[in-house]
Amino acid sequence: MSAISTKPNVPKKHSKLQETWRRFSKNGRAVVGLCIVIMLVLCAVLAPIISPYEPNAQDPRNRLQGPSADHWFGTDELGRDILSRIIYGARISMSVGLIAICISLIGGVTLGAIAGYYGGTIDNIIMRCMDVLLSIPTILLNISIVAALGSGLQNVMIAIGVSSIPGYCRIVRASILSLRDQDFVEASRAAGANDFFLITRHILPNCLAPLIVQATLKIGAAILSCASMSFLGLGIVPPTAEWGSMLSTGRDFLRDAPHVCIFPGLAIMAAVFSMNLVGDGLRDALDPKLKD
Amino acid sequence: MPDKLLEVKHLKKYFNTKNGLLHAVDDVSFDIERGETLGLVGESGCGKSTIGRAILRLHEPTGGEVLLNGVDVTKLNKQELRALRQKMQIVFQDPYSSLDGRKSVFESIGEPLVIQKVCKSKKEYEERVYELMETVGLAERLVNAYPHELDGGRRQRVGIARALALNPEFLVLDEPVSALDVSIQAQVLNLMQQLQKDRGLTYLFISHNLSVVKHISDRIAVMYLGRMVELADCKQLFKNPVHPYTKALLSAVPIPRLDVKTERILLEGDVPSPVNPAPGCRFAGRCAQCMERCTAEQPELREIEPGHFVACHLCDR
Amino acid sequence: MANEKLLEIKNLTVHYQSYDATVHAVENLNLSLGNGETLGLVGETGAGKTTTVKSIMRILPTPPARVVSGEIFFDGQDLLKVSEKEMRKIRGKEIAMIFQDPMTSLNPVMTVADQIAEVIRLHDGGSRAEAHKKACDMLELVGIRPERGSDYPHQFSGGMKQRVVIAMALACNPRFLIADEPTTALDVTIQAQVLELMKKLKAQYQTAMVMITHDLGIVAEICDYVAIMYAGEVVEYGTREHIFNSTAHPYTKGLFACIPDIFTEQNELVPINGLTPDPTDLPQGCRFNPRCPYATERCRQEHPENVEIEPGHFVACHLINGGGNENA
Repeated sequence: MSAISTKPNVPKKHSKLQETWRRFSKNGRAVVGLCIVIMLVLCAVLAPIISPYEPNAQDPRNRLQGPSADHWFGTDELGRDILSRIIYGARISMSVGLIAICISLIGGVTLGAIAGYYGGTIDNIIMRCMDVLLSIPTILLNISIVAALGSGLQNVMIAIGVSSIPGYCRIVRASILSLRDQDFVEASRAAGANDFFLITRHILPNCLAPLIVQATLKIGAAILSCASMSFLGLGIVPPTAEWGSMLSTGRDFLRDAPHVCIFPGLAIMAAVFSMNLVGDGLRDALDPKLKD
Repeated sequence: MPDKLLEVKHLKKYFNTKNGLLHAVDDVSFDIERGETLGLVGESGCGKSTIGRAILRLHEPTGGEVLLNGVDVTKLNKQELRALRQKMQIVFQDPYSSLDGRKSVFESIGEPLVIQKVCKSKKEYEERVYELMETVGLAERLVNAYPHELDGGRRQRVGIARALALNPEFLVLDEPVSALDVSIQAQVLNLMQQLQKDRGLTYLFISHNLSVVKHISDRIAVMYLGRMVELADCKQLFKNPVHPYTKALLSAVPIPRLDVKTERILLEGDVPSPVNPAPGCRFAGRCAQCMERCTAEQPELREIEPGHFVACHLCDR
Repeated sequence: MANEKLLEIKNLTVHYQSYDATVHAVENLNLSLGNGETLGLVGETGAGKTTTVKSIMRILPTPPARVVSGEIFFDGQDLLKVSEKEMRKIRGKEIAMIFQDPMTSLNPVMTVADQIAEVIRLHDGGSRAEAHKKACDMLELVGIRPERGSDYPHQFSGGMKQRVVIAMALACNPRFLIADEPTTALDVTIQAQVLELMKKLKAQYQTAMVMITHDLGIVAEICDYVAIMYAGEVVEYGTREHIFNSTAHPYTKGLFACIPDIFTEQNELVPINGLTPDPTDLPQGCRFNPRCPYATERCRQEHPENVEIEPGHFVACHLINGGGNENA
């Protein structure tokens, strides 16, 4: 049949990636979000080049100065330039946010998928462990993990990641329970697919939406958790610039020099907000039902 | 000697529930000849879909044998089963849930080819998918469409194309037209008959719609609460139904004609629960001709005339 | 003349306004129904059957739905003009509705007798005990033992639930009942029970009824009049005998041809080619013309009007009112 060689009626086929990007780029808010994320990432990468001052250079004569031409975002209690500290802080805060989320995503999705798909005893064991994790207050859990592993940025990320695993695990398990017996999964099994194929090709893509929303919301929470760990002396060691710790030290000067708090706060907000926009855009772009 | 493609012997499927053992399929035996269509009718909860899925081992049978070309499907290991799945496929009822909303038509139809790794090159793969689309009458421009953009009839065509992808010999059709509008239903039924003629397919056609089953089947099996109550040639069954349940079922179908008036046999009550069923005939509680023996002893399926099997004590007299 | 009819729909047009398109759900629809009569509304998915009855009940989701024009007279009163407060009095009391899925139309956390009693108290007032008593009577009427009134919906089977829904609909003695595919979710033998029950109750109470269905078998059994809908319009309307014995519109003929017949042997069904049109982009001329085997140039250009071909039998087709009667 010549029907195969000449396909005049077939619209040009784009790859999945192109298709997703095309839909994503149509979404104005998502593109704005993406621009902010890119800007923040660039700040982090190019910090030594673009920051006007050394982040840790103290200038006791210019303490707690408000925003001026010299110091756009003002200076803190030791006379350090806040703009430079925010730029350098992006490195740590962004990576804490992203890496912690990755850890919890990988852990949560794997455990949730196993629990939901296989059910029975293994489901019971996993979910009871998750319940135990959930019953411990997050901050206490973080402290215990860091105390066990030793302080340091890396361990803080692991602690924050581990403590938010149960949330993802529950989301994935619930979605899988409703998807597991759908006919399209059965159809794929009837064609000879194994469990790994079914989970990765059919089930997980269909529970992406709640996962993306949860993940992007949690990035902000992770940055703040990291700050509170720093505050307790378990995370970032003081001179290092980091948004959360800048926020918590600035609290003491809130009345006289609010800018010390406001700018790191705005930075965190920008990060969370832009991640959320990107997340929502991604969720919609990945869902063919919302096409065009 | 008839050429039996599928033999089902004493198939049982029980489910454990909170309230006890649910006898979804209880000791059902039948066989299907090559190129034949066996219709399986019954009301919801009678176990007809479970039979279809147990044959494909989408549900592990509790007991019994399923022989496809003489090979017992229930005894195969994972590897052998995977290979055998090329020979038998299933088309589902609901064309909305039987397709993955995130996969395009191309991906859905091609999926079995990917799973079984049957195509040597990408070109061959694409050719096969386009060929299948043509076979089931899907326009080529729909190749990148997603299920939500298609109507029920087209989705069901995608489901059929996917089932045909591996060139199976045997298809379980689980209520394939129940969710479709009548005009589309007729199109899909005609397509399935055409495919059977062209490819020599063998069908197990599961449905609750008697007029559809009658139209497409060579022989019909009637199920009630996990048991097969009557099995006969299509014409025979409609002309001379023997089991009281079959009679009631046939008389309950609304006829779209004014010149035919059927004597309706109204059944009392509802289908009882298949959990821990009482001994004796499953239909005894609703049967107008119930005898003492019916509540004590389970009737066996026996041949009352050539090719006509009934499970009812009334026939023993 | 209009006063004799219990329900009269005149030139009803309903659109759904979506973000960038207008769905022509119902277009220029005329129907009427007298006391104690039953009208079958037949058509495929998206023909506008449910939209029509929902606009009678005024329970369309607005927006996106919008009644563009038309009048719905119920007992001489235009339902589209009465206030929402008055409408609430009419709903359930004068006009009751039975939905397709009995599983979702009952509240799972209330006993069935309480649910029926609630409707009664809402409209007729009275004490709690009286209403409960009446509710149990209603259950008995539909063949459910009154003591089961204190059971919850999940303790009933599908057929029994639909009986409860019917009891609830009839609780206030409505003069007009709307049944939206009342037996589609039920098994055949249970469907037969429910249809018998509805026939009995209809005769007993002289309730007028509009029954939506896609099953012509049910129509043959229960309806006095039939309206065949296609893409938002009534294409053929007449008594049951008109529709079944002197079928005129090609679409109606097509519907009959694609149902497998239990009594005769057919080798192949004759399906209606093509698909129902996209309601946002309807074809010009007759809406059925792209699928009609007899379509002429005129069908593609000009929209056919409803014409009375014999007393009480209306058809919207150029082939018939153009004089060339091809189904002689």
